[in-house]
Parts: sequence; structure tokens; C-alpha cells
Amino acid sequence: MAKKELLKVEGLKQYFPIKGGFLGRTVNHVKAVDDISFTIYEGETVSIVGESGCGKSTTGRAILRLEEPTDGSVVFQGTDITKIPKGEMRKFRKDLQIIFQDPYASINPRQTVASVLSEAMHIQNVLPPDQRRARIEQLLETVGLRPYQADRYPHEFSGGQRQRIGIARALSVDPKLIICDEAVSALDVSIQAQVLNLLEELQDEYGLTYLFISHDLGVVRHISDRIIVMYLGKIVEIADKNSLFENPQHPYTKALLSAIPVPDPDAVKSRIVLKGDVPSPIDPPQGCRFHTRCPFATDKCRTEEPVLRTSDIMKDTHEAACHYMEEISAGKMTPNY
Amino acid sequence: MSTVQTEKNPSTMKKSNPRSEAFKTFMKRLLKNKAAVVGGIVILFIILVGIFGPFLVKTDPNAQNILNKLQPPSKEHWFGTDNFGRDIFSRIVNGTKLTLTVGFLSVFIGGIIGVVLGIVSGYYGGAIDTITMRLMDILLAFPGILLALAIVSVLGGSLVNVIIAVGIFSVPAFARIVRGSTLQVKKLEYIDAVRALGASDIRIIFKHILPNIMSPIIVQATMRIATAILTASGLAFLGLGAQPPDPEWGAMLSDGRTYMHNAGHMVLIPGMMIVVVVLAFNIFGDGLRDALDPKMKQ
Repeated sequence: MAKKELLKVEGLKQYFPIKGGFLGRTVNHVKAVDDISFTIYEGETVSIVGESGCGKSTTGRAILRLEEPTDGSVVFQGTDITKIPKGEMRKFRKDLQIIFQDPYASINPRQTVASVLSEAMHIQNVLPPDQRRARIEQLLETVGLRPYQADRYPHEFSGGQRQRIGIARALSVDPKLIICDEAVSALDVSIQAQVLNLLEELQDEYGLTYLFISHDLGVVRHISDRIIVMYLGKIVEIADKNSLFENPQHPYTKALLSAIPVPDPDAVKSRIVLKGDVPSPIDPPQGCRFHTRCPFATDKCRTEEPVLRTSDIMKDTHEAACHYMEEISAGKMTPNY
Repeated sequence: MSTVQTEKNPSTMKKSNPRSEAFKTFMKRLLKNKAAVVGGIVILFIILVGIFGPFLVKTDPNAQNILNKLQPPSKEHWFGTDNFGRDIFSRIVNGTKLTLTVGFLSVFIGGIIGVVLGIVSGYYGGAIDTITMRLMDILLAFPGILLALAIVSVLGGSLVNVIIAVGIFSVPAFARIVRGSTLQVKKLEYIDAVRALGASDIRIIFKHILPNIMSPIIVQATMRIATAILTASGLAFLGLGAQPPDPEWGAMLSDGRTYMHNAGHMVLIPGMMIVVVVLAFNIFGDGLRDALDPKMKQ
């Protein structure tokens, strides 16, 4: 079955200017997201993982135009939504929704749950006003809250419940794609599981597509179909879940996966510990951005930027951006720890 | 078991509104601050005097009685009489309305303009922000009274022009505070959430930002009333505000200057009134700020 493209991101760049000097000239840029491309198909869950500052949240925000992208295109169902006027963008906002990380900051403290949800429906003109109340109560039940809680204020709910309100708000306009920006990171582990299960149930019920942004590999492994690994504003590896976890190719991905704790005290730990810190995105390293910390780096890595490519040693949908993945996996290169 | 039952029966649940609840804790903290309570009572009293005083004090504030001039305080004239034999008590009571009108109206005008400018600069940023805030810096660079003086000199000395002048010089203080608060609130995720839903800027500003930055605005307005009263009195003292025979306190103070040595009450009484009212607003404003500041929670 051919999968239908829902969202296609191409050459997306998001640079934030750094102002300096007396007249506030732009002296440099933070290259938060630097030329990334990927496609999301209908009904799947794609995750973006990476450490903090790698540009994963910025990617989500740029897709929604919460921050105007510097360059590149975001094609949603055939329309490039980065090129249309703001007014027209409002129509697309119905289809693209977001769930935020901080359940305490993502709801206006002065609005009741009902007014949060009815405002969303009012803005997008989803239902006639007299039917909205019934829909609100139904939405609350869908996300696991009680209908009578509609007239309560956010401070009367726990973090997990607030996250459910955030989900209900996103659902209230019948979206097609929901971007979950670290949607469960701020919750307790037991609540995380509940919310993740809820997201999965909603996906089955409404045929939703998720772009799941997280730094938690355990969560990502649980929920994703495909995974994108980002490092310093670039995609270093992109693959379906099983290929990525079982056959990672990029040295960064391998290091990342080796950091997952194994619940077995006798397991042999083969932890790859990276040296140093993530370089500054203001002046990213030449060539491969990972070369400053890569145990296999050579002179070629320092000058020539690797592109995402597939290879004989992996599935054809699996791509990584490393010059030496064949050599590394054949054991021809020795790591320089 | 009883809790389960109340959960199941929503009609018996008592609804708690964050506003009413926040208001309760706010009142508790405000009442703990004795100075603020005194300030508040003084303000309340002065407002009542301003509204009802003229009906209770029968003496005409402008009725002259030259034979009875410069009398010290006595049973008939509680605050004595001035150089035209006018009853100072009646003038003070009738002047309260003038003083308060100038204070409240000018702060209202300055507040509205300042809040709009501040929200717009904070929300949109960029060139709009830079230009507005540099203009505010220019206004702030002048000492307040000098700026008001310049404006009144251009517009001409009348009470209305004093209100406009004092209003204008209140604008930058509001604009700055509101801009800062707007910057703080606009980066919260609930603003992004409504933007992602496609809300218009007007909706975001009035429905989501303004209600969440009200406390600093209220505090600033209270403190500004004190400054406004002081500036208006200062202008009147210099002969640029209320025109005779209006019983404006600053003008009365100015009139009394000539007779300071033999009729000290002509200066002392309006001067004291200005001090008391300004102090009351300042202390009350301080108390409000402390009570509204979440970081002060004990």
C-alpha cells in the first residue's frame, strides 16, 4: 500500500539573528535548524530525537509558523504553507495542532476549561455555538476527564490532567497532524504512560498523524513508527524504529542509544561516552558537525559535509549522514576514545 | 465516602474562581500590611470628602470677607481664613474634588495611552518597539514637572491642560512596565497555543495578555496618582494650573506664601493636605505591590 504524503519539509532553515552593537545590527545568527528535509505520511508517528539545543522544538515551531522559517518549504497536502499570507494560514491551523511541554504554562490561568475549548472552536468556527457545549463535554470524556469539570480553572487540575486539557484543545478543531513538543517530558513516569496510551488510542480513533518531539528514547521507542535523529540543527539519521534501534549507523546515534539504561544489573555495559560539549550553533564546525566529538573522525570529516544516504548494509528507507558508515560497521576503523 | 459523593454530584460542588480565590489571598496579605491599610482608609476618606464634602460644608469657598482676613483657626473657621477672608476649611473641602479629578483623570489618560503603546511594542517588537521606546526615553529624560510645565506653557494654563500635561508625562512609566510584562507573558506556551489555533493579534492581546498583566498596571496607577497630584499642585503653585478663584491646593499654597510669616496656617494647611494625600497613595501603592507580587508569598 502506497503511503500518502501528509507533510513534506524541504530545506527548512531557521536562523535567529543575534543583534549587537550600538545600532542593533545583526552580527551573527544562531543556526538552530540548518537545512533539514523529511516527509511525514498519513497516520504514522514520526519522532524527532536529540539533545537539548539540537533544533528539534524549533523544527516543530517552524512547521506551524510560530516562528517564521528563514528558508525552505513546508508542504502540507500540496500547499506550501510557508509561502501563503498569514490570513490564509489560519485555515491550515485547523489541521495542524500542537501539544506543549509545560502543562502549567500552556493554559491561560484565567480561563475555564470550557472557555479554552470553546474559544478554539470559535476561532476555527468548528461547530455552531449551540452545539459546542455538548462537544466540549464529549471531548473531555475522550481525553479521560469528567464533563462536569468543564467549568473549572486550570489551577484545580494536576499536571497530567492539564496535559489532557491541552490534548482536548488540540483535538477540538479536528486536526490531521498534531505536533507533540515534549508533550510528556514534564510528567511523572506513570502519568507519561497514561498520556502516551491516550495519544495512541486517539490516533486509532481519529486517524491522527503525530510529529513527536522528545529527548526520551524510551518514550520514542514506545510510540514511533519512524525516528529522526538530530544533532546541532541537522538530521544525522532517519529510519524506521526497528532499524534505528537494532542497526544504528551514525556514530552519534550509536552513542545516544548506548545511553539508554538496561534494566539488567548483569548486562555488559558498552556505553559510548562522547567527549566534550555540543559546539555552539552560532558557529557550527565545518564539514561534519559531529566531527569534534566523533571517535572515528578523519580529515575528510573535518572538511567535507556528509549527506544523508542509504547503503547496502541497511534498509532502503534508512538513511544516515556519515562518510564512513560501511567501514565502521565492517570494523575497519578503530575508535579513538 | 463523602468526597466521592460530591464528585458525583456536580451541582453541589462549590465553584472556585481563580479570581475570587486570588482576591481572597490578596486581601489577606494587604490587610496584614498596617501602613497600607491606613493609606487605604485615608484615600477612602478623601474620596468621600471629595464627593460629599461640598454638600455638607455650607460656607461658600469663594465668599470674601475682608474684615475677617488672615484669621487663625477658630471655632467658626476651623482652618482659619485667607487674605480675602475666605474660609480655608471650605476651600480645602471644595478643592479635594479638583485635586482628585486631576489625579484620577490624568492617570486614566496616561494609563490608557501607556498601556496601548507598551503592549503594542512588547507584542510586535522590532522597529515599532524601538521607535516607541526611544520616544518614551525622550519623555523620561525630562524631569516630570519640567515636561508638564512645557506642555502647559504651550497649551495655556487651565485645569484641563494640566490634566493633559500630567497625563502625557505619565505615559512612559506605564508603557515601560506594560512592555516588560507583555514580553514576559507573550513567551508563555498558552499564547503559542492560541496562535497555533489561528487567533488574531487583537484577540491575543485583549483576551490573553491584558488580563494577565493587570496587577502591575493597577499598582503603577495608584503610585502615579500621587505623582500626578503633586505635579498638578506644583503647576498650580507656579500659577500654571487652576486659575483663581478655584480652590486648588497648590494654588492656595502659592497664595499663602506672601503671608507665611504672619498667617502660617495659609501655607501649612494646604501643604499638609497635599503631603497626606500623596503619602497615602504612595503607601497604599507600595502595599498593593507587595500583596500582588507572587514572589512575596510567605
